[in-house]
Amino acid sequence: MAQNTAESKPSEEEGAATKADPNVKPDKAPVRQRMLGPFVTLGGFAQFGGRFLARVWVPPYEFKEIVRQLNEIGFRSLGLVSVVAVVIGAVLTMQTRPTMAKFGAEGFVPAMVAISVMRELAPVVISIIVGGRVGAGIGAELGSMRASEQIDAMEVAALDPFKLLVVTRVLACIIALPLLTIFADFLALFGSYLVGKIESGVTFTLFKNSVLSSITFADYLPGVIKTAFFGFIIGVVGCYEGFNSSGGTEGVGKSATDAVVSCSLLIIVSDALFVKISLLFGS
Amino acid sequence: MEEINKGSKLDVKPGANPGDKPEKLISVENVVKGFDGRVILDGVSVDVFAGETLAIMGKSGTGKSVLLKLIARLLEPDSGKVLFRGKDIAEMNEKALSQVRKQMGFLFQGAALFDSMTVGENLEVFLMKHADLKPDERVEKIQNALSMVGLDDVIDKMPSELSGGMKKRAGLARSIVLEPELILYDEPTTGLDPVTASSIAELIISLQKKLGVASIVVTHDLPTAFVITDRAIVLNEGKKIYDGDIEEMQKSEDPFLKSYFAASALDRDHRDAFLKELEQQHEPANAA
Repeated sequence: MAQNTAESKPSEEEGAATKADPNVKPDKAPVRQRMLGPFVTLGGFAQFGGRFLARVWVPPYEFKEIVRQLNEIGFRSLGLVSVVAVVIGAVLTMQTRPTMAKFGAEGFVPAMVAISVMRELAPVVISIIVGGRVGAGIGAELGSMRASEQIDAMEVAALDPFKLLVVTRVLACIIALPLLTIFADFLALFGSYLVGKIESGVTFTLFKNSVLSSITFADYLPGVIKTAFFGFIIGVVGCYEGFNSSGGTEGVGKSATDAVVSCSLLIIVSDALFVKISLLFGS
Repeated sequence: MEEINKGSKLDVKPGANPGDKPEKLISVENVVKGFDGRVILDGVSVDVFAGETLAIMGKSGTGKSVLLKLIARLLEPDSGKVLFRGKDIAEMNEKALSQVRKQMGFLFQGAALFDSMTVGENLEVFLMKHADLKPDERVEKIQNALSMVGLDDVIDKMPSELSGGMKKRAGLARSIVLEPELILYDEPTTGLDPVTASSIAELIISLQKKLGVASIVVTHDLPTAFVITDRAIVLNEGKKIYDGDIEEMQKSEDPFLKSYFAASALDRDHRDAFLKELEQQHEPANAA
């Protein structure tokens, strides 16, 4: 394997006139590959993540590229995150208020919304939404760089494509996701307040006091911390899929799709683990 | 069939005595490379000397580009060795490999210019990595490289604003900006019109003469190969079937080489014979 990257396989045309290796049984190999595929991919993610953790501390730090990626991944996701966050807060309030009113607990709606949003809804939904946008973007961008041999050109120039393309993007995801989640928390509460104000005339002071008296740091911190890990997942998965893309333009599309599917699945599964861990530490 | 002709003419680097034996720059020794259980290169060996231009020819899928990528260590062989000045590049650490790559330029098939950078930045990034120069010295080097390939006013343009031929030229400027000793060309004229292809071929010759660099050119384009070089190797089904003088190759009795040249010829008789054969195939059906 080349030092800095996965080996770029030859194109379909390049491999067309080759001879089959007699040691490989052609009929069994594809079935075996299909069965082992998900495990191989998971192993690839783990290896890629490990390589990131080993390389992130090594200079040069490529600050200019990190800032560019923060703008691309973080700032450019603000619009999407804003809409989703306000709607989450508003819908949650609309759905729960009538039921809470039946038990005379309408006053607890702000507290319930705040805890739900900060502990679970904002971190997970925002991570999945941003993962869809950013994971697909990174997968397609790096995939097309692989297809057009730009990554090979970086290797030839000894520019270390892993450091320049992968480390910067993963780091930007790790920084951007918690910031976007904090932003989304506030906007979701704002959405909830708007619905409360329109439907039952809740004042801002009452809403604010109800929220602040019900949430603690333990509600807020685990939600923010886990989004840093979700950011790590989004960055590693998107970069892995793009970096290892093959098959030309078709491969670019596949990389983007696989990145979104893998990001969403891994975020949901790892969230279950995080909840269990945070409850263990909380009890 | 192995038909080796070692008597190819070599260009000796400017300043060297005509009688001096050129230094062996690259040695590919018995290299085997496969993908997904398929063998692409099967025991290929080739030497490239300082200052010479070597063409690698053969049908699509015979491993020409793979051989080029093995030389640049973008791929690693399953067995066999690639030596640069006698040292195995597979055993080099990152620093040593970086020094070797500094001495290599690589023109990729699609030029592989970085999309997010201007043409000037595409060249500058190479200089910033490998040369300790002041900003104005870097700009001067970039302008020199661009004017050498006939691109004087594209320094601030994005790659997307360039035509195919201009991209190839900009890619070539990027390959020579560090003044390498070896340039690897992956199908430099593919996809270009004959006039632009011819100008690229002339550029390859002029760079060889001006800079004295060794060149390895992967090409399907026989006219280009004849213009730029004396020596060629031909790959077929993963094996080297010819290594020698490109003009001698035309006289070869090897069936593959004969068919390769016949297919490349602009031969109206061949077309007429093929049409006649088609008509004969259709005649019985029409009669029925």
